[in-house]
Amino acid sequence: MGNRILVSTRKGLFTLVRGKKEWTVAQGDFVGDNVTLTFHDKRDDTSYAALNHGHFGVKLHRKDGDQPWEEITAPAYPPKPDDLVDLDGWGKPVKWTTQMIWAVEAGGHGELWCGTMPGGLFRSRDRGASWELIRSLWDMPERNKWLGGGADIPGIHSICVDPRSSKTVRVAVSCGGVWTTHDGGETWACTADGMRYDHTPADVADDPLTQDPHMMVQCQGAPDRFWVQHHCGIYISHDASKSWQEIRNVPPSSFGFGVVVHPREPDTAWFVPGIKDEKRIPVDGKLVVTRSRDGGKSFDVLSTGLPQSHAYDLVLRHALCIDETGDRLAFGSTTGGVWVSENQGDVWHNVSHSLPPVYAVRFS
Amino acid sequence: MARVTFTTNLRRHVDCPIAEAEGRTVREVLDIVFASNDRLRTYVLDDQAALRKHMTILVDGQRLRDLEKLSDTVTPTTQIYILQALSGG
Repeated sequence: MGNRILVSTRKGLFTLVRGKKEWTVAQGDFVGDNVTLTFHDKRDDTSYAALNHGHFGVKLHRKDGDQPWEEITAPAYPPKPDDLVDLDGWGKPVKWTTQMIWAVEAGGHGELWCGTMPGGLFRSRDRGASWELIRSLWDMPERNKWLGGGADIPGIHSICVDPRSSKTVRVAVSCGGVWTTHDGGETWACTADGMRYDHTPADVADDPLTQDPHMMVQCQGAPDRFWVQHHCGIYISHDASKSWQEIRNVPPSSFGFGVVVHPREPDTAWFVPGIKDEKRIPVDGKLVVTRSRDGGKSFDVLSTGLPQSHAYDLVLRHALCIDETGDRLAFGSTTGGVWVSENQGDVWHNVSHSLPPVYAVRFS
Repeated sequence: MARVTFTTNLRRHVDCPIAEAEGRTVREVLDIVFASNDRLRTYVLDDQAALRKHMTILVDGQRLRDLEKLSDTVTPTTQIYILQALSGG
């Protein structure tokens, strides 16, 4: 059961701990610096924090157990060939430099996977001491169709390593669909069939190569089941991401960024909705979490303990998390609020209203 | 030898004392300085060894012109200042 939560924010990394009565903010690291993501590797009790210094670039720090943080090598792109014309889907030149670490996950055999902007996937076999760019994905001609979304440039934000075989890995790209490898990254196939954009010309609306899955998760106990919070709604896959079905009529809105799925109950997933793309605030100023227990046929709108008046919190894609029991959830908002639930979202407890804008939360 | 001074804001992250090195261009001077401090290089230059987007370099008071190749000429008395640009941050 997760008794500690790592909260990555615009102004530092904050550790929340569960006391006898309540959760509290127990510690701050990198206070004042922009911490975009933190990953705790339970295999060896190691934490990895991604920082994005506005001037000095993207950095990666590692903490072994209770030891101090130390800077390690951040994923870096190889030299771009002088004669290569490399344009993204908008026709803009792709800058071969790490501009954001957007996902870090555990792979097989002690490996780490790392997703970045502008769209490179990296792998480390030595706990982050060195990283290799997965050229098979980076060199695909289809990558040149990938688009920047809200962040201007494409990025890999979701990495799902299949619990049945660590050679099967799926990544989700904003905006570049979902990509699957079954051979440890040697070859890739786009698996975003069924996703589509609203209000887009029909001939491009369902192009799997340019879809914008905001976040993708896989049920560990039923790994053929995936959920995606897409730019234009919620999607579910029952066949290991081969095809996707949209879930419609979700109250109060199907727009959002984060999604989590119960570790053993594939029909149970949670979301934190906003109004829509052009209005990224809660519907009617009421912060709610939505939960389906039946694979998306119906949703509970959960609000107990959450502000129900003049709340303008937006929850970003990595800022909603669930622990291994499936009972505890936590989320943080762009206005610095953090809430924890001990009962699958039925009741929420506020931990802080005054943290910096929250980018990511993770149990550890 | 050219003299290289780094913004004090870098010291919080990485060791960066004032350095002196010989070279005909900013690139040659910085290559020598960074040879013994590779981590410092990553704070100033990006993955393609171009100047980071929100950094700036002053060469004898003039803003660096070649932001990618760093080919601006230096002399044995050149003063190089590596600073944060006012953009970004």
